Amino acid sequence: MSRNAKINTLLLLVVAALAVLPLALGLGDHKEEPFTGADAEAETAITELQPDYEPWFSPLYEPPSGEIESALFALQAALGAGVLAYYFGLRRGRRQGAARAGAAGTEATGTEGVPAAAEADTKTGIGTGTGAGIGADAGTGTRTGSDSGAGAASGVRAVDGRDA
Amino acid sequence: MHIAEGYLPPVHAAAWGVASAPFVVHGVRALTREVRSNPESTLLLGASGAFTFVLSALKLPSVTGSCSHPTGTGLGAILFRPPIMAVLGTITLLFQALLLAHGGLTTLGANAFSMAIVGPWAGYGTYVLFRRFGAPLMVAVFFGAFVADLSTYCVTSVQLALAFPDPGSGVPGALAKFGGIFAVTQIPLAVSEGLLTVLVMRLLTQSSKGDLIRLGVLAGRTAERHEGAAAR
Repeated sequence: MSRNAKINTLLLLVVAALAVLPLALGLGDHKEEPFTGADAEAETAITELQPDYEPWFSPLYEPPSGEIESALFALQAALGAGVLAYYFGLRRGRRQGAARAGAAGTEATGTEGVPAAAEADTKTGIGTGTGAGIGADAGTGTRTGSDSGAGAASGVRAVDGRDA
Repeated sequence: MHIAEGYLPPVHAAAWGVASAPFVVHGVRALTREVRSNPESTLLLGASGAFTFVLSALKLPSVTGSCSHPTGTGLGAILFRPPIMAVLGTITLLFQALLLAHGGLTTLGANAFSMAIVGPWAGYGTYVLFRRFGAPLMVAVFFGAFVADLSTYCVTSVQLALAFPDPGSGVPGALAKFGGIFAVTQIPLAVSEGLLTVLVMRLLTQSSKGDLIRLGVLAGRTAERHEGAAAR
C-alpha cells in the first residue's frame, strides 16, 4: 500500500473509531433511550421550557414509518455517494486516458506538435488544446509550462475535446 | 441541527427567513456565474453538493449519548466560497424538509442561516486565516471544516434560546441547555467531519489538481510559472 493510501485508510479508521467509541463505552447508558437524535432532544427541551408551546405547522409529508424514513435517509446518502464516486471515477478514467494518449503521442508526433500547440495557446489562452496538444504535453513540456493547468489537466481537456 | 417543522414561533421563523434570503439569492447568482464562466466546474460543484448530501444523512452516535450528523459544508465553502455553499446547503435542507420531515419549511430560513450561511462563512474564514498564517493546506482544511460544522450547531442553539428563553434564567440559561444538546454532542462529530473533508481534499489533490489550482486552493508551480509567463 502506498503512503497516500495508508494515510487515507488511517483517516477513515479514526472517523470509524470516533463513531463507535461512544457506543462501545456505553455513553448513552444514563439515558432512558440511548442515542436518540439531538433534534428530538431539542424538541423535548422546548416542551420543558415552554410547556404550552404547540408546533403551529406540520410537515407536508411525513414518512409513514421509521423504516421508510431510514430508507429515505439511505437514499440520500446513496445519491451523494453515487455522485462522489462518479466524479472520482471519471477523473481517474480521464487521467488514465490522458496518460495513455500522452504515451502514444510521444512516439507518433513529438516535435511536430509543439509549435502548433504553442501558437494555439498564445492565441486563445488556456486549455484550448487540440489533437496536437496531446503530443506537446508528453513530447516536451514547454506547453505545460505556459498553461495554467497541470500537465495532466490540459491533457484531459485535449482528449475530451470539450474545450477544443 | 435541524429545528423541526413548526418549532419556531412564526415571528422568529419569518425573521430568519428574511435574514437568509439575500444570502441564498446572492448565492444563486454566484453559482450561475461560476457555471457560466467555468463550465468544467459543474462536476466538482456536483461533488461538493454530494458531499453535503452524504454527510448530512450520516447520523452518528456521540459522547453525550445522543446522535447527530455532520453538515459537510466546509468543503464546498473552501472550494467555491461561501455564497455558493448557501445554495447547495439550502437544497440539501429542502430535500430533507420535503421528503424526510427532517427540519421543515417554516424553519428552513433558520436552518439555512445556521447550516448554509454561518457554517460556510465561519469555516471559510477559519481556513483563510490558517492559510494566511502559513498553516499547511490540510491543517487549514481540517479546522475550516471543523469550525463550519461546530458553528452551525452553535447558531442553532442560539436560535432556539432566543425563541424559548428559560423562564428563570432567560436566554443564557436556555442557551446553556440547547448548547448542551447540540454543541457538545457535535464536538467529536466536527472532528469526524474535519477528517473526512481532509480525506476528500487529499483525493481531489490527486485527481483534480488543475481544478484546485484554478479555484486558488492549490497555488501550484504551474500557476506561478503561468503568471511569470504572463508578466513577461
